[in-house]
Amino acid sequence: MKPDIKSAMKQDTGEEPILRIDKISKAFGGIQALNGVSFEVHKGEILGIIGPNGSGKTTIVNCITGFIKKTSGHVYFRGMDISDKPPHKIADMGITRTFQIMRPYYTLPAYKNLVIPLFSPRAKRTGGWRGGGRLGDRNTVSIDILEEIGFERDSYVPYKTASTLPTGYLKRLELARCLALKPEIIICDEVFSGLSMSEIASMVPLIERLQMEGITLIMIEHRLRELFRVANRIMVLNFGEKLTEGSSGEVMADERVKAAYFGSQKVEEVMKHA
Amino acid sequence: MKNNTQRRKERIDRGIKVRTDGLYALMSIRELSYLALPRLILIIGLLLLPLLMPGMYWQRVITITCIYALLALSFDFLAHYVGLVSLGGAFFVGVGGYMAAIMNTTLGLPPWATVPLAALAGGGVCTLLLLPCLPLRGVYFAIVSLMYPLFVARVIEALDILGGTDGITGIDSFTNRWVEQYFIIVILLLLLFGVRRLVNTDIGLVLRGVKDNDQAIRASGMNVTMYKAMAVYIASAMGCLGGACLVHIYMWSGISQFALDFSILPIAATVIGGGGTLVGPVLGCLILVPISELLRDFGTLRIVFYALILVAFIIFRSEGIMVYGQRKYQQFERWTRI
Repeated sequence: MKPDIKSAMKQDTGEEPILRIDKISKAFGGIQALNGVSFEVHKGEILGIIGPNGSGKTTIVNCITGFIKKTSGHVYFRGMDISDKPPHKIADMGITRTFQIMRPYYTLPAYKNLVIPLFSPRAKRTGGWRGGGRLGDRNTVSIDILEEIGFERDSYVPYKTASTLPTGYLKRLELARCLALKPEIIICDEVFSGLSMSEIASMVPLIERLQMEGITLIMIEHRLRELFRVANRIMVLNFGEKLTEGSSGEVMADERVKAAYFGSQKVEEVMKHA
Repeated sequence: MKNNTQRRKERIDRGIKVRTDGLYALMSIRELSYLALPRLILIIGLLLLPLLMPGMYWQRVITITCIYALLALSFDFLAHYVGLVSLGGAFFVGVGGYMAAIMNTTLGLPPWATVPLAALAGGGVCTLLLLPCLPLRGVYFAIVSLMYPLFVARVIEALDILGGTDGITGIDSFTNRWVEQYFIIVILLLLLFGVRRLVNTDIGLVLRGVKDNDQAIRASGMNVTMYKAMAVYIASAMGCLGGACLVHIYMWSGISQFALDFSILPIAATVIGGGGTLVGPVLGCLILVPISELLRDFGTLRIVFYALILVAFIIFRSEGIMVYGQRKYQQFERWTRI
């Protein structure tokens, strides 16, 4: 039997979770996008969040990072309440995110896209990724980061305007923007979606390397196979509520998860035939 | 043979290695002069301009042109590097003008003190008043910033403060007309090259990032409103500087400083000169303001001709003179036989 990762993590570190979400609710007018969702993230783990379309996955990211105001609930980062902080303060603490719809600075070359986060107060204070932000020349540092994230250094790619880059590079650029801040937590909103199989194949080791560097990751994904390979723990959302939580095997064995993904009728039909 | 006479146009890039924009690898004096030439033409041309003018009247036109050029520069900076389309040029001029007027008449400060003080303090006032509108984007910011000059002018008129409709009179002029002209020209040149340098620094990159998408700036842990406020301060201080000079030239400060001319003409100049080039708007002003003066001979038909010229520019050279000129300068064309 698989060990309970959650309790194992607690025993290992013996400290409180790095991020604790306490009964977050969010209503857009009459639509309850999130309804009392609580969960914990421990340092160094990869938490996967899955769920059907419209189940509130992106809303939860927006609530944690402060991009939208929650109706009720609290977010604790290392025991500190960050519920009412503006997004730039939360990012300044080291909770960074990627955007599902990529948001590069389209008119700037790829490497200039990273000069901007390297210029931020956090990068200046912490030194940024691998301490490069403290060095004078941010242009060189940004090309170093781009190389690490999978841009070929000696090609023309890092110098190309972001609007001309293909999706795969833009997704990496999103991750690179987070890395430039020397983050504690990266929340990846569907970094695998829209990528080809080979692009994903090269992305998975990158995610694993980030985890080894001690970065905590929350990954929102629809590509379950790749997610299950990297994630330590999976949480399932449906209609703004937490359905279940556990290892990938446990979660996929859950009848409610199947029902949420395939529809309850279908599952009953399948069960009948089986 | 018929084929021998067929020719086609060939476009060739000038031989200069450009790795990325703004970063040149200069290999020879020829390449250096190739880059320096347009800049020198601009600087020397502007400095010679007052000497070439036939009389007092046209020298005054040049001075006013430079004030419009300051406004156009501030509009272009805000619109193309920060993404704030500001129609508040008249507001900046008015605030700067009234500030200089008050400092001069009540505190007795000379022009060389009032102009920089009015620019610095006026920029602060404009930024504070625009602060609530900074979260707005695009056309919404444009509408709100258009309201400000109208609002202040009506308040002064209705409450009869600051001289009411008569304005503030008895303001000192510059010591002589040469000081007046060269003071404004030198300031225009300094600000033009200063702003160009600013937009290529890391702070300038952040400002361009704000224009491209402010959400990513937020996600990078930077306060978008603070950067927008900083940009508005720079732009409005430039406008206030122009207004303060204007007041000392006319020796009078009145509600007409909030006239929409100061908001609209810089935009027209930016369209003609080429947005985003910073030099373009200055060039646009150097074309538009004198044309508007020349057309005074036509009396009331002036606006008609003015509008026709603008429409022609927008239809035939919608990219703007500078963008077109830069492209032609960096590439040359020749006819070759096929």
